[in-house]
Amino acid sequence: MSDPSRWSDHAVEQTIGRFLQFGVILAAGVVLIGATLLLVQHGRAPASYAVYHSAPEQLRTIGGIVRGALALDSRAIVQLGLVLLVATPVVRVAFMLIAFVVQRDTIYVAISAVVLALLLYGLLLGRA
Amino acid sequence: MRARALAVLFGAVLLFTAYRSTRPREEHALLTTPDKWSARLRLDSTYPAADGEQPYSVHNVPTGFSLMFIAGILSALLGIGSGIIKVLAMDQTMRLPFKVSTTTSNFMIGVTAAAGTGVFLRAGQIDPTLTFPVMLGVLAGALLGARILARTNTDRLRQIFTAILVVSALQMLYKGLRGSV
Repeated sequence: MSDPSRWSDHAVEQTIGRFLQFGVILAAGVVLIGATLLLVQHGRAPASYAVYHSAPEQLRTIGGIVRGALALDSRAIVQLGLVLLVATPVVRVAFMLIAFVVQRDTIYVAISAVVLALLLYGLLLGRA
Repeated sequence: MRARALAVLFGAVLLFTAYRSTRPREEHALLTTPDKWSARLRLDSTYPAADGEQPYSVHNVPTGFSLMFIAGILSALLGIGSGIIKVLAMDQTMRLPFKVSTTTSNFMIGVTAAAGTGVFLRAGQIDPTLTFPVMLGVLAGALLGARILARTNTDRLRQIFTAILVVSALQMLYKGLRGSV
């Protein structure tokens, strides 16, 4: 924390780049596992997209998705991968906010705080 | 109904922009008197090109901001067009180098999508059996594309973009006219 070079723009970009890659690969891995399970469990069921079915209740909240994934429900694991993928840029914005606070960059602290607030609102509270 | 009109309008605008973007332009237009907002936000920067770090200036920040607002609305309404309009706003209006526009747009889509996904998820509109093939395909393609980008010729990239712009514009017009928005 005390070493200022660790918080230079370049150092922050490098760290964030690695984090984004990690998040994407982790999300892809989780989806791949979920997809394999899904195909093993339901692969023989005929596809039916003629009628639109909304996703079941337990797949609509992050808590429900995590519980489902722990119970090895293949659909919940795929959803968990999606949530991880979507969460990656959100964590990135949060990390930028911290970096700007350390750099005492007032304008960018304000901008990233607004972006983060909007993202969290959309993720946790927003209604269609 | 309004969404349909919007789709038709933007399909037409995109077709026009596709025609306009075929004209060549200066890749690194440096401003002698910087844009007021670009200066305040310290947006001017450099990016790695084949012949070392290239400096660039950012133009017309307020107009770019307004176009991004429209891009956000369109992507939530139509599911397409967001990236296209972002790249157009950065390329044509803010005059960023093309590769800076495409890579920035790529990241911005992640953030825009994150804002919308929570809403769709709670409404039960995300079906995991549809998500997984789409997501795995997109991720594989994105990782491959990012590796190819560094050694691609910008003119070729611009040609591909224009072609996709035309397809996307036609798709938007079709959605609007057919009423499947």
